[in-house]
Amino acid sequence: MLVLRKFLRDIPAAIGLAVVLFAVFVAIFADQLAPDPIGAMESNILERLQPPSDLHPFGTDHLGRDLLSRVILGTRDALKVSLVTVAGAILIGVPLGLIAGYRRGFISEAIMRLTDVMLAVPQLVLALALAQLLKPSLETAMMALTFTYWPFFARTVYAESRRLRASTFIEALEGIGVGPARIVFFHILPNAAAPIIVRATIGMGFIILTAALLGFLGMGATPPEPDWGLAVAESRQFLPEAWWFATFPGLAIFFAVLGFNLLGDGVRDIVDPRLRRSR
Amino acid sequence: MSVQHTPPILSVEGLRISLKGDEGRAEVLDRIDVTVPQGRIVGVVGESGCGKSTLIKAILRILPKNARIDSGAIIFEGEDLASLSEREMSRRIRGGGIGFIPQDPYLALNPVFRIGTQLGEILRWHAPPQFKADPRGRLVDLFRAVQLPDPEGALDRYPHQFSGGQRQRILIAAALACQPRLIVADEPTTALDVTTQQEILRLLRDLVAELGVSMLFVSHDFGVVSQLCDDISVIYAGQTAESGPTQRVLHDPRHPYTRMLIDCHPDRTDSLVGIPGTVPSPVRPPAGCRFAPRCPLAIDACRTVLPEPTRLAEGRRVVCWRHADPLPELELA
Amino acid sequence: MLAFLARRLFLAIPSLLGLMILCFVLLRVVPSDPSAALAGDNATPQQIAEIRAKFGFDRPLHEQFFLYMKQVLSGDLGVSVHSNRPVVADIGQRLPATLELTFVALFLAAAIGIPLGTVAAVAHNSPIDHLVRLFTIGGLAVASFWLAIMLQLWLAMDLDLLPLRGRMAVALGSPPTVTGSYVIDSLVAARWDQFVSALRHIVMPATVLAIPAIATIARFTRSGVLETMQKDFVTYETAAGYRRGRLIRIFVLRNSVATAVTQIGLLFGGLISSAVAVEAIFDWPGIGSYAVYAILGQDYKAVLAVTLFVGVVYAIVNVLVDMVHAALDPRVAEQL
Repeated sequence: MLVLRKFLRDIPAAIGLAVVLFAVFVAIFADQLAPDPIGAMESNILERLQPPSDLHPFGTDHLGRDLLSRVILGTRDALKVSLVTVAGAILIGVPLGLIAGYRRGFISEAIMRLTDVMLAVPQLVLALALAQLLKPSLETAMMALTFTYWPFFARTVYAESRRLRASTFIEALEGIGVGPARIVFFHILPNAAAPIIVRATIGMGFIILTAALLGFLGMGATPPEPDWGLAVAESRQFLPEAWWFATFPGLAIFFAVLGFNLLGDGVRDIVDPRLRRSR
Repeated sequence: MSVQHTPPILSVEGLRISLKGDEGRAEVLDRIDVTVPQGRIVGVVGESGCGKSTLIKAILRILPKNARIDSGAIIFEGEDLASLSEREMSRRIRGGGIGFIPQDPYLALNPVFRIGTQLGEILRWHAPPQFKADPRGRLVDLFRAVQLPDPEGALDRYPHQFSGGQRQRILIAAALACQPRLIVADEPTTALDVTTQQEILRLLRDLVAELGVSMLFVSHDFGVVSQLCDDISVIYAGQTAESGPTQRVLHDPRHPYTRMLIDCHPDRTDSLVGIPGTVPSPVRPPAGCRFAPRCPLAIDACRTVLPEPTRLAEGRRVVCWRHADPLPELELA
Repeated sequence: MLAFLARRLFLAIPSLLGLMILCFVLLRVVPSDPSAALAGDNATPQQIAEIRAKFGFDRPLHEQFFLYMKQVLSGDLGVSVHSNRPVVADIGQRLPATLELTFVALFLAAAIGIPLGTVAAVAHNSPIDHLVRLFTIGGLAVASFWLAIMLQLWLAMDLDLLPLRGRMAVALGSPPTVTGSYVIDSLVAARWDQFVSALRHIVMPATVLAIPAIATIARFTRSGVLETMQKDFVTYETAAGYRRGRLIRIFVLRNSVATAVTQIGLLFGGLISSAVAVEAIFDWPGIGSYAVYAILGQDYKAVLAVTLFVGVVYAIVNVLVDMVHAALDPRVAEQL
């Protein structure tokens, strides 16, 4: 509780938490919150490209669908993608990082070399290279992003793992005969949890952004999914008249990512004061 | 104040400084008086936390933002430094009028610039005209004076390439670079080993004698101070205890604190016990004399009012109601 | 310093080798029968077999890899399905455009980011500081492709202040190539009209590209300066008489930018990612848009060639960044 209070004193972090909670809430109750969940997915040509009004607060898109509803429904997709991606990246990257950090020798070197190679190319380019070999879809995007994001976790965990491995208390544990599996899971992993959490939170924001970009390029979600990036792409040919079509989905992306970034910063500050960036 | 034919170069009078912290205002210095006559080395001695670093920071005006000078004056060459603007401090006083030797040679130098560049920066702004023409030459001369090996090569090297003792010499050279009239030294030998310490002290002594510069030397080490300083001021918990010529004060202390300190010194007694009690916190200091809680001679007056300094013979001063009374045989158990 | 450079380059080799292996794997292994893919839909089994022999697909995998490596090192990255030219030629032709854009963006990032971060740090906790911090976080949260479109909407379509797309007004042609940068080359050729047009065209894309970079640099400069200001040598330098302005601009900054410099490597990666979207939106004829068209056109060779190329450039940038870091902080040069 003390932690929570300290956290709330940090205004940007508190705002971030509020935004993220709001986004999660919207995602979970999307069907209830969207004014027109059915209409959001069906064409209604008569209503196409209507400017914002009482009936359609965000206007309508090129197929006459209520944009507000689509943005709300899109929240669900965005959070799903980033959650699955980050979870997948953790499931792959953390064990690899732990192994690489704890053991010495060939395996450790091999894992870290692989990590370096994958980090040698900017994530987007790698994700695109992968995604284009498969058919574009939300699942493809998730796979490509997971595949390119796990190295970040591996590296973070590796650094912590290495550091702890050299510490005296680990030596003591080994000395009294505690097995490697126990050491890694019960002693090293809990200590590495902090950077993992920080990286995961910041990663969520980053993945939402990248997933939106993939959607925009047509390598992620495909019509008729209410993906934010896809919506911006679809809006292009109707500009400048239908300005709302491009603006609102983009704002949604902005606020979602902003929320996670602020939250991530706040989490980093409480969880690891050593790493604390001077406030 | 002793009668001098020339005024003292530095005179700190009744200085009170407080720091604002989480627990309230801490009265770090309470009516401190220190006088540095021209051409003399004056030591300010006290335990850690007694406020001696704050004194130096006050003189150079590098106090932290939460510090406040509540009253008193810092008179340097006739001017009250507290009345000068930051700009004037930066232009005339620091580097030019007053030189500074810091405590930790490992942390004071900028790690990513060459020594020549760093000291050159001081010369650039504060050097008297005769040195501006050839700053490198001036620095080489200085390095020779402080006995730094390979003076020319040193200019192009980085701090991490020198030992602690060598860095301290460099810092001494930096302090002297612009021929200041006063040097303020913040226990510059504390971070060094004993042998190097002795060398640096000898160096300081010789340089001061040769250049006729005055020095304010702050330390917690009575031994160091007794070797180097002509006069000393003893400080306890932010208050002046007594002051005067070093040998007189150390051989015939008048303030109970000084007396007990000297008696506790390992050279004097086999007992390893110090003065009973602890230094009071500056946040809620006792009224009157802050040593009263631990003082065997304390009377009610001590606990309410701090006396004005009493002038004694030979330029000595003591701040105590009971300075004339003998100390009881101390049971230092 | 030379020894340091040699060591760093040497260390980069395994990563580059690994990258080549990765690209090779993606190239060969994923499309399960590349010879069929190359031959086309209506090929006869005999044609497919011919292609297989010609390209060596029937040889063992490691032999294929050595063949691939040989090709890559000699500059043969395949032929683009789209343009029917060697991919290397395509990349070479489009590289200057991307370089120009990236350099301008980086320049903006440093020129604005470093002072911004410094001012924020020196005015710690003041309204300016809060504003800058808001910008550093917001700047990283905004989607480049969206920002690009918003700016187009506002400045080009609505206000008609800046051109919508391209590097230069079509009617003006292009300046004779000296450096590859339209801005510089038009100045060199003394064509004022081309110069102005080039500038007007580069403003929006470079700004969009620069914003996350400015945010990152400002953020790390700020924290670097804040951290440095706490250090003892800053107190000492003040006491010794350094002037405040110079103290901060010269003596504090060099200690602070080390963190910002190490971020430039990361920054560059982000720049490349953003460049893909920005180039596509502004129709900037560089490698980013080339990658997008290649992806949309399923031009595998082109995409992987770009990946490899970007990887190499990234590795070079990282080595350069380390060099700059070593130059700024001599203690680093002696490590490793």
